[in-house]
Amino acid sequence: MTMKTYRQALHDTLRAEMLRDENVFLMGEEIGVFEGSYKITAGLLAEFGEKRVKDTPIAEEGFTGAAIGAAMLGLRPVVEIMTINFSLLALDQIVNHAAKVYGMFGGQAKVPLVIRTPGGGGQQLGATHSQNIELYYAFVPGMKVVAPSTPADAKALLLAAIRDDDPVLFLENLALYNTKGEVPDDDRPAEIGKAKIAREGHDLTLIGYSRMAYIAKNVAETLAESEGLDIEVIDLMSLRPLDRETIVNSVKKTHAAVVLEDDWLTYGIGAEIAATISDGAFDYLDAPVRRVAMAEVPMPYSKVLESAAMPTNDDVVNAIFQTLEAVGRRLKKVGQSHD
Amino acid sequence: MTDNALTTADEPTKKASTKKVAAKKVTAKKASSKKAPARSAIAPRNASRRAATSKEDGARLVKFYRDMMLIRRFEERAARAYTEALIGGYCHLNLGEEAAVVGLMGALRDTDYLFTNYREHGYAIMRGIDPNRAMAELYGRVDGVSKGWGGSMHMFDMSHRLLGGYGIVGGQLPLATGAALAIKYRGLDEVVMCTMGDGTANIGAFHESLNIAALWDLPVVFVVINNGLGMGTTVAKASAEPEIYKRASAYAMAAERVDGLDPQAVFDAAQRAVASARAGHPFLLEVVSERLRGHSVVDPAKYRSAEEVSHLAQFDPVPNLAARLIKEKILTAAEVHRIDEEQSALADAADAFAQSSAHPDVATLFDYNYATPVANDSRRLPGEALFVTAQRPSAEVGR
Repeated sequence: MTMKTYRQALHDTLRAEMLRDENVFLMGEEIGVFEGSYKITAGLLAEFGEKRVKDTPIAEEGFTGAAIGAAMLGLRPVVEIMTINFSLLALDQIVNHAAKVYGMFGGQAKVPLVIRTPGGGGQQLGATHSQNIELYYAFVPGMKVVAPSTPADAKALLLAAIRDDDPVLFLENLALYNTKGEVPDDDRPAEIGKAKIAREGHDLTLIGYSRMAYIAKNVAETLAESEGLDIEVIDLMSLRPLDRETIVNSVKKTHAAVVLEDDWLTYGIGAEIAATISDGAFDYLDAPVRRVAMAEVPMPYSKVLESAAMPTNDDVVNAIFQTLEAVGRRLKKVGQSHD
Repeated sequence: MTDNALTTADEPTKKASTKKVAAKKVTAKKASSKKAPARSAIAPRNASRRAATSKEDGARLVKFYRDMMLIRRFEERAARAYTEALIGGYCHLNLGEEAAVVGLMGALRDTDYLFTNYREHGYAIMRGIDPNRAMAELYGRVDGVSKGWGGSMHMFDMSHRLLGGYGIVGGQLPLATGAALAIKYRGLDEVVMCTMGDGTANIGAFHESLNIAALWDLPVVFVVINNGLGMGTTVAKASAEPEIYKRASAYAMAAERVDGLDPQAVFDAAQRAVASARAGHPFLLEVVSERLRGHSVVDPAKYRSAEEVSHLAQFDPVPNLAARLIKEKILTAAEVHRIDEEQSALADAADAFAQSSAHPDVATLFDYNYATPVANDSRRLPGEALFVTAQRPSAEVGR
């Protein structure tokens, strides 16, 4: 184990995979000379040269599509899209091509592509630079979408993504780059499609991914200390495929769930989780599934307005208390009817 | 450089310079004509100033004729099957494009790659794919070239290096650029050809892909089949610069415009383009072609005037080549007729093969979800519940 930041874990993993497999190469805007907008690729151009670290023009559709084409011929490109907002410019190539090539041609060509891109608001970047739109990709069969919340998971999921023969959208988060954690020294990949119980508990299931999984763990620890609450935290890790079994089994045990998401509530990922719980654990619920999500506005620049639009730790705590209150009320009613 | 590069009738004085476009990089001309030339306005026709055909060229022309006739009869057979509701979805035909198809495909090596669009049946066959398998794909059967998963628009065969027909206009351009990048990455001498229609020149991926290809010196030939119509919209109405090959000047890329109704002219131009790409200089080739029917089988093309339609027959490359072969005594009328019969029989055989091929087994519906299997991959059919309804043990209620 080595203590490192999420950023360093990503950097070290990219470097190790490039050393391991010469088919692995990097493409993206400003990843070489500029060393990456968020410095994930710092030093890699100097070490590997222009063939393996390709600075691209500002042409998301063009270079993402080129990465898909290169992957169809057996290379293993890792594309950096500067932020997930800009991936919209490559939507046709990702949705209509990366996700379709394998199935549409009857399994004749694989697309071993990784698209690394950070989401995240809270940096006063305004409406077009603060979105979390990973669900656009998680919606699409043929895609794999992973979203690590810790440096260790960032490493393990990036290893899995690079070695996978399908297109993987690898979601990072601006707010997580400087977070620290112990990272295993081995190179064991994570299993794509599996959620993780990040904290075991019995009182309520708290579900999140990426930054919201990080918040979920912090809130659960705080409430364990301050309130003696025993909250189970699920870090989804993978948005497609979605590990419904782990979610449902947890709610069967805890009978209550709060879902945290950094995207908009209407049609958001939380809606899918809530529907999953309804499908698999309806009879076990003692309260409605509660969602904590962004306010449904284009993200404002003003710090005051931006903070008001984004979910906070307090929002999560309140949602947990209100859900547990609802559980209490229901238990009381159930108890009375049995008297 | 041969005499095959075309100029527009209203620019006769520029003929000489336009003919040199392959030799020197094109520079944008501010005074370029705003109107797309009607097919009849593209002059002079090659046939009127063609040199005597050599024996070698004659043999090649015969092969082109056989291939063009195969495409013609295949497409006509497909149209019939479509109107009989044996083929579903969309069905875009190469009718009128046969000379372009055989000329372009003739310039590729077996090891070169082709990316093309949704009007690709002829290209698939000319890449060496068995017409039976192409037709079976139209029928959506297991023996189809894409196993019934792609249909008319999405034929693919890695072994023949057809890397796809693509249904989204221009979707194939970034992919082709990337395939060329992979070739260069590995230091191979293969080439990628990427064909598209004239409408494709107006999408963003055209600009991004040509820029990247030129910037990185990638071995790719972009081919615009300019048949004058993007569905029902004329090139003049869609392109500010209707002479599409001139767009290459924005990328310092070599370019050429060629008569797409003359297979030999297309072949010669394609050879120059492919050689350029193989040397690391991407190329834009505009092939001025003709669409003899609607955009797809179901399109009656009412947006074309009766006069325009009445002129179409004279541009039909298949009978025109037959007439030339007979006139130049390369083939007799009887031999031409026999080729027609043979290729008609192949098309009929393809149709019979497709009809007798099995439908895919529904049990295979999830076979191509992922190339690398993963946990929790969804294999749910529409009517199936996600979970068996779970009853909470009664002892637990009101815990």
